[in-house]
Amino acid sequence: MNMIVCCKQVLDPEAAPSTFKLDAANNRMVQPPEVKPVVNPYDEQAVEAALRIKDKDKPAHKVTVISLGNNLIRDVVKKPLSMGADELVLLEDPAFEGGDSFAVATALAAAIKKVGPFDLIFCGRQESEWDDGQVGSGIAEILGIPSVTVAKKVDVVDGGKVRVERVVADGFQVLEVQGPALITVSNELGEARYATLKGIMAASKKQPTVWKPADIGVDKTGAAARKSKIVKLFQPVKEGKCDIVSADSPAEAGSLLAQKLRENKVI
Amino acid sequence: MADNKGILVVGEVAEGKLLPITAELLGAGKQLSNDLKEPLNCILISDKVGDAAKAAIAAGADKVFVTEDAQLKDYQTDTFMLVMEKAVADIAPRVILMGQTSIGRDLAPRLAFKLGVSAVMDCLELGIDGATKLMNCTRPVYGGNAKAVFTSDAVPQIATVRAKAGTPLPPDAAKAGEVAAFAVAMDASKIRAKVLETVKEEVAGIKLEDASAVVAGGRGMGGPEPFSKELADLAKILKGAVGASRPPCDNKWVPDSIQIGLTGKIIAPELYIAVGISGSSQHMSGCAGSKCIVAINKDPEANIFKEARFGVVGDWKVVLPAFTAKIKELVS
Repeated sequence: MNMIVCCKQVLDPEAAPSTFKLDAANNRMVQPPEVKPVVNPYDEQAVEAALRIKDKDKPAHKVTVISLGNNLIRDVVKKPLSMGADELVLLEDPAFEGGDSFAVATALAAAIKKVGPFDLIFCGRQESEWDDGQVGSGIAEILGIPSVTVAKKVDVVDGGKVRVERVVADGFQVLEVQGPALITVSNELGEARYATLKGIMAASKKQPTVWKPADIGVDKTGAAARKSKIVKLFQPVKEGKCDIVSADSPAEAGSLLAQKLRENKVI
Repeated sequence: MADNKGILVVGEVAEGKLLPITAELLGAGKQLSNDLKEPLNCILISDKVGDAAKAAIAAGADKVFVTEDAQLKDYQTDTFMLVMEKAVADIAPRVILMGQTSIGRDLAPRLAFKLGVSAVMDCLELGIDGATKLMNCTRPVYGGNAKAVFTSDAVPQIATVRAKAGTPLPPDAAKAGEVAAFAVAMDASKIRAKVLETVKEEVAGIKLEDASAVVAGGRGMGGPEPFSKELADLAKILKGAVGASRPPCDNKWVPDSIQIGLTGKIIAPELYIAVGISGSSQHMSGCAGSKCIVAINKDPEANIFKEARFGVVGDWKVVLPAFTAKIKELVS
């Protein structure tokens, strides 16, 4: 079974909100150099979903990870390898920058075709920069395969069929789909595994395959291939006027807080 | 698609009732419809639409298209895509609005890629540019650390709207409107996934989305117990519901269905009490619409204090019992 996982290098979404600075000229946010980029957390869980299938039926399965961007930091994008993925393909070129979901999904779909026959594609449910959540469905539409989004459990059942638990508002749906199919993975899947020392060693020796736009046959990509236009990117100003209630003891402060809510007619 | 006209709201129906998100979408759509001087239409896709069509007219729709089929009982990408592809071809809307819900999140991108147009997800505000007649869509990005305005000249423009971002119009049962059956053949060869079952993870008591007071706990609670004891006690006194930020859900302390945040529930209660919650942007995306946010956290630097109206810096184990006791006394 061939599985492909799409992973994105992103600004660290867990970093303090104050680390996010506006780069207005390039219509993007940036973080200071000491805040290291990470693999988009949902994408790590997508790797985890593929590895759980590989765990069950080891030698037969291959997991190939594809990452798209520019100036990709090797020990960030290699993390899926250190978790247990087999191959890494980087779509790396300045031309890939500034794309929207349409540009990114188009390039990833072209790369997936070049990687070869596949049974399952995994993506995170959304990436933590634009929070768009469109790339997975987009790849599936371009490749003409079914998609199931926001999965919390993925199992291969008989004959290449896949059983997916899809998170919905008040519970989950259980769906069955015939592969090849694309699944997007949500945090409800549970935490992604840590890299093992053996995995880190193996990953450090592994050279990723690097493809340019011409290698995957896309002539227009990144900002030049956008369907949507950014009119404006801005940081809303927060007023921050919290009334901190303090007292001699924390318990008194708690009691005083309740009184304050009454005075202000909140309760 | 130069002749495309009007707004098409993709409504949601459960057990024959129009869901609140649809009235919110119709409220947001009415503005666009007024600005464009073009009709506001709605499509309802379900096994049984029932009185929801009339409710959609009362909520602002000029015309409601009703697609009923036993296979449309549960949402599934392929069946809903069959309906939406025909709807785009026959109704030819300029703008398509969906909720940022389990349905809209899945359907909007798939439809946009099929049509070769752009979808803007999770919008807070929509507006029409008078000169170009194109829709501008404002949405949070970078986990809520910034906002962006998007547009596209590819028609139809598709947008999903966040829960509570649109304001419903006052329902007008006397308003005129047309209900039309919109039949779509369910081509079995195009349906590639099957819903085997739908499992409801019901939470006892008041639903989070409907509660006027929500008491939520975060990583700082340290385990599952406080959610069923201290937080539940306070919620009960306030006749509210218990919620959580993401870490307690990821740690399986509480069911995923009570997660509040960008990828969980979006709520806007009168009172939101955040206990042991740091207040990441992702979490605040789910509760920033609350009328009054109250924070209890031992870290004075926690971001939640930038968002809250009232707060106490201290260990919840000491602060909360005293707070709850006083609340009980005051509301009784």
